[in-house]
Amino acid sequence: MTPVEIKAVILDILEGIAPDEDLSDLKDDVPLREQLELDSMDFLDIVMELRKRYRVQIPEDDYVQLATMNSTVNYLSPMMKDLEKA
Amino acid sequence: MSHYDTIIIGAGMSGLAAGIRLAYYDQRVCILERHTTIGGLNSFYRLDGRNYDVGLHAVTNFTSKGARKGPLARLLRQLRFSWDDFCLSPQIGSTIAFPGISLRFNNNFEFLRSEVHRNFPGEKDNFARLAETVVEYDDLDERVARCSARTIVSDIIQDPLLVDMLFCPLMFYGSARENDMDFAQFSIMFRSIFMEGLARPWAGVRVILKNLVRRFKQLGGELRLRAGVQRMEVERDRVSRIILDDGTLIEGDRVLSSAGWFETMRMCADDRPSQPQAPEAGPGQLSFVESVSVLDSEPRELGCDRTIVFYNDSSNFHWRKPDELVDVRSGVICCPNNFAYDQPLGDGLVRITALANFDRWKHLPATAYQAAKRACNQKMVESAVRFIADFRPHIVATDTFTPTTIRRFTGHENGAVYGTPEKRWSGTTHLKNLFICGTDQGFVGIIGAMFSGIAMANRHLLMQRQDDRDAKP
Repeated sequence: MTPVEIKAVILDILEGIAPDEDLSDLKDDVPLREQLELDSMDFLDIVMELRKRYRVQIPEDDYVQLATMNSTVNYLSPMMKDLEKA
Repeated sequence: MSHYDTIIIGAGMSGLAAGIRLAYYDQRVCILERHTTIGGLNSFYRLDGRNYDVGLHAVTNFTSKGARKGPLARLLRQLRFSWDDFCLSPQIGSTIAFPGISLRFNNNFEFLRSEVHRNFPGEKDNFARLAETVVEYDDLDERVARCSARTIVSDIIQDPLLVDMLFCPLMFYGSARENDMDFAQFSIMFRSIFMEGLARPWAGVRVILKNLVRRFKQLGGELRLRAGVQRMEVERDRVSRIILDDGTLIEGDRVLSSAGWFETMRMCADDRPSQPQAPEAGPGQLSFVESVSVLDSEPRELGCDRTIVFYNDSSNFHWRKPDELVDVRSGVICCPNNFAYDQPLGDGLVRITALANFDRWKHLPATAYQAAKRACNQKMVESAVRFIADFRPHIVATDTFTPTTIRRFTGHENGAVYGTPEKRWSGTTHLKNLFICGTDQGFVGIIGAMFSGIAMANRHLLMQRQDDRDAKP
């Protein structure tokens, strides 16, 4: 998967978590927590969704890497580059 | 023998919400429900062609569509529901009515603030300080959690009348403890009722329950009705299997029980001493009688225009188990019609709830029970019409349920609607694979119950479960 595809996956996950949110003007470099008021339960869900869909495993210590869209894509790129988009 | 990743006891709000979380992440989940229907404390029934709601009058913790904060928004995200799925209509306005003084409130906290200023001018700053304390209170602050709310609030608010008036709705909507509540509970309830707000689906609580069940089943979850748990077999420090009332055996790696703390402990077939040390740590004692009156008109047309009236006729507000069948000195009057729906409800309805004594009801001879129900219903209505317009000439049907009804449908000891006063915030038990959720874990109300199921599923059954799985080669 390319970084662009990974971003699309994350957006799809966020859309599932917050169906009432308009994600079209989401900023890539601003913390998701601030933009969407996500809390620890929501970050657990992002991790669980990645695990469920792609068997990507994110240790708890690395949750901080999911702060912004950019940091998330950067963090996931090496782990997901050989995966096909589902 | 059936084997599941997780077995959930009880198909109420908390069990169903937990079930959705687990089934969504591909666990094999089975919910066991003793009754023929779902809902537990919050359910519904049909009598003489009419639909009746049981349980809470309103959904607390209401926030408007688009709100991102607060328990409602968080649980919608966790369960992947959209705000519209719960069909919530906000309250019109409610009242706390004490002798010679009333405080009105709605879903805008500033309105209550102005009511307090008007009626208790000297408490303006104190009330602001109380609101700040409640907002700043952190659910995870165990140090303050168990402190007496009466003590903390009375340190801030000087006038004992205002203290009583603020406690009255919060106690009626969630205090398992006589005369007091934990500060944790107080803060959660204060936010959920005064700062967030009240709402109700036009078609009642069943809308939410039906959504939960539908989602749970779509995700592959299994719901077994008429499946009461007789006991849980224990091997060393784990539940090994569950035996149902009809003798069926089922196995699960983990068990999440919403049956109540003591009720769950009694199911465990180990020799753990189950007797509580002090009565205060025992099962709850607070139960209710509820009277439902069906009217031939919309209550508003008769002058009953409030959504909910919390009333008290005495100089002090008494929150304890009464000596008599029912204590009509205080109560809650709810007109389910008075929410901001898009269409009228059809029947006019008035529900009245008052404190009751479970033992007195339990020991009534069968022959006296029906008469006692009728007499209590009449007493409650008589008491209530001192605080709202007299709707009695318009009654076309009534129903009453008592502490023994509550006991039968919820399995809660003593018909204690809000369970034991000692909450188990951690949700853990003496057994490594047994956890509790729901009323006795600590969150009350419809949103609170669902939130409890979600929080316990996340903490004990989801993260852990995934770790186990990852650990396997």
